[in-house]
Amino acid sequence: MRELSYRDALNEALHEEMARDPCVCILGEDVGRYGGVLQITRGLYEKYGEKRVRDTPISEAGFVGIAVGAAMTGLRPVAEIMYIDFSTLAMDQIVNQAAKARYMFGGKARVPLVIRTQGGGGRGNAAQHSQSLEMWYVHTPGLIVIQPSTPYDAKGLLKSAIRNDNPVIFIEHKLLYNTTGPVPEEPYLIPIGVADVKREGSDVTIVATSRMALLALEAAEQLAAKGIQAEVIDPRTLKPLDLSCIIQSVQKTGRLVVVNEAPLTGGFTAEVTARVQRQAFDWLDAPIMQVAGADVPLPYNGRLEMAAIPQVRDIVDAALSVCYREA
Amino acid sequence: MELSHQQLADLYYRLWLIRLFDAAARRLFMENKLRGTTHTYTGQEAVAVGACSVLRPDDYITSTHRGHGHVLAKGGDPRRMMAELLGKATGYCKGKGGSMHIADLDIGVLGANGIVGGGIGIATGAAYSATVRGTDQVAICFFGDGASNQGILMEAGNMAALWRLPIIYLCEENQYAEFSPSRPFMAVEKLEQKAAAFGMPGVTVDGNDLLAVRRVVGEAVARARAGDGPTFVVAQTYRVEGHTVGDPLTYRPPEEAEQWRSPERDPIQRFGRKLVDDFGFTSAELKGLHEQAQQTIDEAIRFAEESPEPEPADLWEDVLA
Repeated sequence: MRELSYRDALNEALHEEMARDPCVCILGEDVGRYGGVLQITRGLYEKYGEKRVRDTPISEAGFVGIAVGAAMTGLRPVAEIMYIDFSTLAMDQIVNQAAKARYMFGGKARVPLVIRTQGGGGRGNAAQHSQSLEMWYVHTPGLIVIQPSTPYDAKGLLKSAIRNDNPVIFIEHKLLYNTTGPVPEEPYLIPIGVADVKREGSDVTIVATSRMALLALEAAEQLAAKGIQAEVIDPRTLKPLDLSCIIQSVQKTGRLVVVNEAPLTGGFTAEVTARVQRQAFDWLDAPIMQVAGADVPLPYNGRLEMAAIPQVRDIVDAALSVCYREA
Repeated sequence: MELSHQQLADLYYRLWLIRLFDAAARRLFMENKLRGTTHTYTGQEAVAVGACSVLRPDDYITSTHRGHGHVLAKGGDPRRMMAELLGKATGYCKGKGGSMHIADLDIGVLGANGIVGGGIGIATGAAYSATVRGTDQVAICFFGDGASNQGILMEAGNMAALWRLPIIYLCEENQYAEFSPSRPFMAVEKLEQKAAAFGMPGVTVDGNDLLAVRRVVGEAVARARAGDGPTFVVAQTYRVEGHTVGDPLTYRPPEEAEQWRSPERDPIQRFGRKLVDDFGFTSAELKGLHEQAQQTIDEAIRFAEESPEPEPADLWEDVLA
């Protein structure tokens, strides 16, 4: 199978969906002539023109609000927020308007909106360009939250997100754009709300989101060398969460490590831990371990930043600990 | 555009419909039949009715927390609105929205909004959407002088002007922003000056003169439909009642509202006199329209009160499509 970068896979998804449906349009800063700060939208402006590929001013609240109104009136906008940190400027539009419209209006409104953005740290972008804010949106009923970790997942899930009739927060990771992986030439979709077992194993389950899934796979390699077979699950969609996939795995392995880059407190790892202990308590052979970011703003210094973000070693250590093995 | 006798009668009827709907909302709230809060449009009726009178059914509006008048002016069903106020399953939002969230997408009402200025982005998006879909629909974004200080107006107004979107930003200067007079919170002398910053024409109109509103908004709508871009219209009016029902109104002298209730200023009485003086209506005809509006409201209340509550299982319906 051909190899594509995460960046090119996303770009291809947008090209395919814009060709397929004239209601799909793109809005955001530098997404048109420049092709997007990350080049995810390159080539679209030339092909579809400025009505469907709108370069906007630096006005996150404004263009996200416009995207919400456009979605309510027949379009399928894909708005790009350059960094998830800037989504705070559009919070009213996302949380009070997009997420609520359907329920609040008694099911009459449809808001087929995708907000593409990049999250995560690890590149020295410091506190306002490195956050992992996915749980803010997971906490808001009415939104779907997707975080793909591979080029294959990125393409298939972005296409599904665009065709979905709900507001979707689609969070890419800044350290994944140059990663590559197999992506078939023929069109495909990946269903929203379905987790993927990235590696099978029988001794411990590691649930890890976004870039953490790649770190978990590295950790699984190291664990295998120590005789521990880790099963790595990438939920891919944080909301709705494919809990049954995780439960099935825990029923097989009896041990669970949950990994998420965002700060620990009130985070994804706590949510999964709570649900698994309720549904699979009798199968657990060890307390569930959480591996998450430090409860600090992301620091600029490389050494400090690495200490704030989970590393492969942290995942290995957590897995060894739930297997009652020495590090 | 010349209005027929019937059309004029309908406008007068609609003014009363709004006035009486909100009088009923106030009473029901005081009787504890409404939950939360509600905001009356009393005194501003000519703005919504005049503006919506130049729209087509497929044109869009966004409304505000003070939104009953806009929805009724656009053709909303008073029965489903009243049922929504009472939280009933037959309401516009199946009882899940209440007073501040009435929407009727079938007639282009993209929702009242609980966030001050919350409709500005949505209305601008509807106008953008019309241009992409290649229709000649227009959008009217209703908001108040209080909302004119929200940042999103600057952002959306700039984009609307840049992209020549078919939208009218209709600022109702009702002189109050929640529980304060709005004047001390505006640096510009006249609200229409804000339009210059957005790069679009700004016009001020007497918001209590229905036909003047209709003329000014009609010109703006014609411009928008022709592809000539947005207009910022300031309709000067007065919020006769409090921010919410139950507002003690300690921040203004009571005689001020009395002046605005007077026949000289009240928009319904002004329009009624116009109908008699210039359009050959009789006072008996006006009385009949008033009574007809009252019957519609009474029927709406009856419908709402007899309607069922949502079922507990409905809690989980419509979170996602």
